Amino acid sequence: MKMLEDESKEVRKKDFTTATFKTTRLINGHSAENVAPGVLDFRISHRFGFLSSGAYELFGLDQASMRMGFDYGLTKRWMIGVGRSTYQKQFDGFTKFKFLRQSNQMPITLSAVGGIMYKSLKFDNPDQINFLTSKIYYSGQILLARKFSESFSLQLMPTIIHYNLVEGVNDPNDVLSVGAGGRMKLSKRVSINAEYYYQLPDYKLPNTTNSVSIGFDIETGGHVFQLYVTNSSGMTERSFIAETTGNFFKGDIRFGFTISRVFTIVKPKL
Amino acid sequence: MKRFLILLLNTLAITGFSQSVHMTRSGQVSFFSKTPMENIEAVNNEVTSLIDTGKGEIVFAILIKSFHFDRALMEEHFNENYLESNKFPKATFQGKISNLSKINFAKDGSYEATVEGDLTIHGVKQHQTATGTLAVANGKIAVTSTFTIKLSDYQVEIPSLVAEKISKTVEIKVNCHYEPKS
Repeated sequence: MKMLEDESKEVRKKDFTTATFKTTRLINGHSAENVAPGVLDFRISHRFGFLSSGAYELFGLDQASMRMGFDYGLTKRWMIGVGRSTYQKQFDGFTKFKFLRQSNQMPITLSAVGGIMYKSLKFDNPDQINFLTSKIYYSGQILLARKFSESFSLQLMPTIIHYNLVEGVNDPNDVLSVGAGGRMKLSKRVSINAEYYYQLPDYKLPNTTNSVSIGFDIETGGHVFQLYVTNSSGMTERSFIAETTGNFFKGDIRFGFTISRVFTIVKPKL
Repeated sequence: MKRFLILLLNTLAITGFSQSVHMTRSGQVSFFSKTPMENIEAVNNEVTSLIDTGKGEIVFAILIKSFHFDRALMEEHFNENYLESNKFPKATFQGKISNLSKINFAKDGSYEATVEGDLTIHGVKQHQTATGTLAVANGKIAVTSTFTIKLSDYQVEIPSLVAEKISKTVEIKVNCHYEPKS
């Protein structure tokens, strides 16, 4: 047996870290996790109104907003996705690529996400000259993640959101922010997640707040349920990072959930 | 001089020993769980195994992470939730051919073999007996075997939610082609 151990040491391969997070989203934003190649991930997310809106609005449940999305893994490192949100009738698409993968030889996972969002809501002033590009937004993110232990992972995500058109003359066209998030496994199938996006004061839109979210991931076979509370109403980078208005610590909290279901489209060769 | 002698003796001992050792690094081990709800199958093509024909010993080292599934999520759950491959990266088998006298490794042919030993999966060691075929051709050995194990014997917990999709007993197939170890 000892001989066998010596033998297997010789051929020790790169051992990639798996399951840094349960799913491809931490809560609102992207996690360093990708959909496996050939797998389609159908995601439905819901966001409700502020809990502080009181019993008349059933603590926000009367105001539901949703996004449905289809994500697909092209390779082990590359995935793409499209989605449609009821919030401002917005279409979105993104591409995410893993440049570095955490392994026994590499301490971190490094991914880049590029997104484009199109607000299909009609123009406020249809009589003036409007440009289609005024309703297009871009986002760019770097995801730096590390799985520290079996149950604990952390992630940093510097982000830029570009607005082709902003409301005020003095509003920046580029919103800069740095996000941080993590997850802690409570059991094999349940984890608690937290996510915070800090907006740089000189590069944020007026009257917006930083996005705060806390939630649980619950995994059951082919589904992942994410239940969380957040102060953001949008579900794409532009809307939750740059356009959050509620103050989480003053009761402007919304309940939200995401259901993710994966379908294997192309089976891997065994 | 003394050292040299020891070294020489060692080398002799090792070479003398290895003539009877056959090895593979690309052995195949697969398992199959069948229920009316769902069939689950996974294959590992990177199994390391040694047979010592002189002593009749046979050992396997199986990396859990090298089992591959049709569905990526199943593979993740298999590693994360069921076999806990970070805690228990390897399954091993260490055993003896109990009917060694009936097998002639020098002569080509197919022999029925019974193997007995300790199978360790998920950190739990259990006594296991398996029967299979051992074929000798041109000095090379090929082994095939099929046997079943009980998941509860190895403390692999199945949550009630998926209990109908995962069989309580799993069929294991072994298919290894050994080369003489030089």
